[in-house]
Amino acid sequence: MASPRRFPAEATGLANRVFAFIDRGRSRLGHARSLGSGQRERRPPPLQARHGRTEKLRARHRVARRFIVGGVTVPASAPDVIRRLAASLPAGRVLADAAPLAAYESDGLTAFQAKPLAIAMPETQAEAIAIVRFCHAEQLPFVARGSGTSLSGGSLPFAGGIVIALNRLNKILRVDPAQRLAVVEPGVINLAVTAAAQPHGLHYAPDPSSQSICTIGGNVAFNAGGAHCLKYGMTSNHVLGLKAVLATGEVVEFGGASREQIGPDWTGLFVGNEGLFGIALEITLQLLPRAEMFHTVLAGYRTLEEAGEAVSAVIASGLLPGAIEIMDALALEAATAAVHADYPPGCEAVLIVELEGPREVVAADRARLDHILAASRPVEVRPARDAAERLAIWKGRKSAFSAVGRLSPDFIVQDGVVPRRRLGEALRKIAAWSRESGVRCANVFHAGDGNLHPLILYDGREPGALERAEKLAGKILRLCIEMGGSITGEHGVGMEKRDYLPEMFNAEEMACLKRLRAAFDPHGIANPGKMFPVEGAPALAQHGLHPLEKAGVISRE
Amino acid sequence: MSLPLTPTSPQELADAVRSAPRVIVVGAGTKPRLARVADDFVRIATTRLRGIVEYEPSEFTFTALAGTPLREIAAALASQGQYLPFDPMLAEAGATLGGTVAAGLSGPGRFRFGGLRDFILGVRFVDGEGRLLRLGGKVVKNAAGFDVPKFFVGGLGRFGALAELTFKVFPRPAALRTLRLDAADDAAQLKILTAAAGARWECDALDTALDEPAVLARIGGPAAALDALCAEILARFPGAILADGEASSHWRRATEFLWAHDGGSLAKFAITPAQVPEFSAWARRRPGGRGWISAGGNVGYVAAESGAALADAPWPGVMLRGTGPLWIGPQRAPAIIAAVKHALDPHGRFPSLND
Ligand SMILES: Cc1cc2nc3c(=O)[nH]c(=O)nc-3n(C[C@H](O)[C@H](O)[C@H](O)COP(=O)(O)OP(=O)(O)OC[C@H]3O[C@@H](n4cnc5c(N)ncnc54)[C@H](O)[C@@H]3O)c2cc1C
Repeated sequence: MASPRRFPAEATGLANRVFAFIDRGRSRLGHARSLGSGQRERRPPPLQARHGRTEKLRARHRVARRFIVGGVTVPASAPDVIRRLAASLPAGRVLADAAPLAAYESDGLTAFQAKPLAIAMPETQAEAIAIVRFCHAEQLPFVARGSGTSLSGGSLPFAGGIVIALNRLNKILRVDPAQRLAVVEPGVINLAVTAAAQPHGLHYAPDPSSQSICTIGGNVAFNAGGAHCLKYGMTSNHVLGLKAVLATGEVVEFGGASREQIGPDWTGLFVGNEGLFGIALEITLQLLPRAEMFHTVLAGYRTLEEAGEAVSAVIASGLLPGAIEIMDALALEAATAAVHADYPPGCEAVLIVELEGPREVVAADRARLDHILAASRPVEVRPARDAAERLAIWKGRKSAFSAVGRLSPDFIVQDGVVPRRRLGEALRKIAAWSRESGVRCANVFHAGDGNLHPLILYDGREPGALERAEKLAGKILRLCIEMGGSITGEHGVGMEKRDYLPEMFNAEEMACLKRLRAAFDPHGIANPGKMFPVEGAPALAQHGLHPLEKAGVISRE
Repeated sequence: MSLPLTPTSPQELADAVRSAPRVIVVGAGTKPRLARVADDFVRIATTRLRGIVEYEPSEFTFTALAGTPLREIAAALASQGQYLPFDPMLAEAGATLGGTVAAGLSGPGRFRFGGLRDFILGVRFVDGEGRLLRLGGKVVKNAAGFDVPKFFVGGLGRFGALAELTFKVFPRPAALRTLRLDAADDAAQLKILTAAAGARWECDALDTALDEPAVLARIGGPAAALDALCAEILARFPGAILADGEASSHWRRATEFLWAHDGGSLAKFAITPAQVPEFSAWARRRPGGRGWISAGGNVGYVAAESGAALADAPWPGVMLRGTGPLWIGPQRAPAIIAAVKHALDPHGRFPSLND
């Protein structure tokens, strides 16, 4: 994971920092309990144990890095299948020593770990295809992996399978400013696409908070979102076409450079497959002209309900803001402490609305927005007067979750969706359940599209605390389903919510999804154990801050 | 051919699908080539499977039965100041929502915010075994399960019978302006298409008719802002702002294919803006060839007296009306097409993509 040569020039400095943090994060090993299907849940160890182990683990990681950089190494003790895989590829593509394997045991942020047989690191598309064809012929399970920032355990390895790490397939193959598109390999970092587009006055719209580190391949697999989904949609709405190697070894090209498609939308079907169909090798992304102007307002309200009513008023007015976000009292308190964000005093909720577009349009819309907000009985309205103030508003917002995470040793993050008009009702229920169970819960959410992000705080060292938190999380997921929403708006089902998918879809619908999966992957070797419940395995949840968040490098939305 | 079956509910649609070994679903018949199959297919018409099931303006979503005419939907949305921004095609001709999804026809407005695929959220459909299934969601954001609703866009009903669809909608801009920008030749058109697409103005639509030396641009927003933006556009590219009546008759030409031959063949192609000059030249060389370029140069339509004249195009296309092959251009037959067909319709109850 350490070689800087793997990253595009634009992202090199950042990626180095980021990967150093990820490596550090991976070394926080804890107690494990068996989950069946080859994966284990990792429990946070007692604080003392964590500290006591640090040095030993650092040393272990130095070893891991050396092995990876040196491009060794498949020991003679490795399983036969791994030695044959390695022999079929140029040297250094397959790593099966204990030390590098440890570096991939989990997806860096979750409570789960599983040890793969080997890590395969293709350097060309042809190598990636050869690896998948090998897996298909040998029925060897594989998990594709970008940066491992999945919040739902999506890139957790499969014990007895291999990880296919795509970070070396990181070329931006083409940027075409006239047709406003970019063709990239899957290991390209999200922000690197916007960096490449910027000189042409363009940008890549999907902006997950992890954008400085997550890959386009991971975004495509998870249909990643961000703060601007109401107006611009998710990743899927920006992928024009892709080349992929399916789990059968078949290489397909869906869509292309046109913004329109002929025939069924295969590209649309592939995006969001959570790594269960195959590996995206080349992705054509649409770029958009960067908005000429932004107008960002922060409004404080005495109650969450009042903030929610203001959202309804904005929506009813016919304005189409780029972002509508809400933070609750606990989130405000945390952001204040963490990044010295400054909010109107005495507020239980803060609303952020951002308008964008040509300056004349923003000027006219702004007048209407001012009027609507003034009528919504805010404690105070603070429009950003310049770019610095706008950034400060977003910094507080984007840091909020990480900040809340600092209030507590462990947490569970959810991303269910409810119909927007029922946001207030959902939040009231969550607050009541939180009070009843004594489990603290902060809320930061994409109010514009009803996408909740409740953050459930607990202390894993306290007996029964995890179970109480999981119970609350489950209640919230079910609430989203009952209200006609969804268990996930943008983080995917993965490991974490696989047991809840059958509550959204009936048995016949689940069977249909499974048949589709089998069409792409008849052996079930691509990312097994994700999205669909595994019989006999207990329910799962994930906990704690991503190590990058702890380090303040990224934050989540 | 016997009279088509006319189910009135999703459940009846499922019954109809199960009632015969080979069935094809048809809407209002505005794209007849898409449903021209062998005589042994029993036809199921969605004419009575109509109505808006749910419309929540505050959610930006509606759900309607597949046979609901686009006109009816547009009227309901307009009454709440909302719209489907992609200008659904053939609304006046009576096209249904389901037929539009199956055909994958988005209008000029797909340029700015995307087309059907970008606004579809959920689908209730009958698979080849007659099961009524619901996939996707009813809220504007959802990442649970595979995105099957998108897959049905452009699928011509070959993988399932659409019963009910959920869409996201947007607030309609307070005002619209259409500009006719002079473009002497294909090269000039391409220059305008490219420049306008990348400019700060954020045009909603950029179309051009093959028989007119001009680009049609539409821009939406608060009226006060539009005057200034239009003035700037016209300072860069000579032309004129069209009066409302004239503007809507121009856009009707596009959305209702009024520029095409009555009774001739009509095909849609996916192209790129850079291909526009070549595409236009090719279209003009067809016997009786006429054409329309839409969505900023990403969609091209060609009409000719006979479909045979369109069959050798180098771009991927689909024949909507008249004679000639269903699919045009480079054909690929990856194994995955057959595998997914088998997953959704194992006994081939619906036509295959090549029927
Ligand atoms: C702090 C933080 C903030 C976040 N904020 C957001 C947010 O705002 N919005 C949001 O949507 N998500 C967010 N996420 C979640 C996560 O960043 C996204 O899901 C992201 O898309 C994952 O990218 P990755 O490169 O890390 O993929 P990984 O985690 O490595 O992989 C994710 C999934 O994609 C598969 N995969 C990876 N590459 C490929 C490929 N080439 N082909 C096929 N499958 C592949 C993997 O098998 C796995 O199932 C956040 C995460 C963190 C830690």
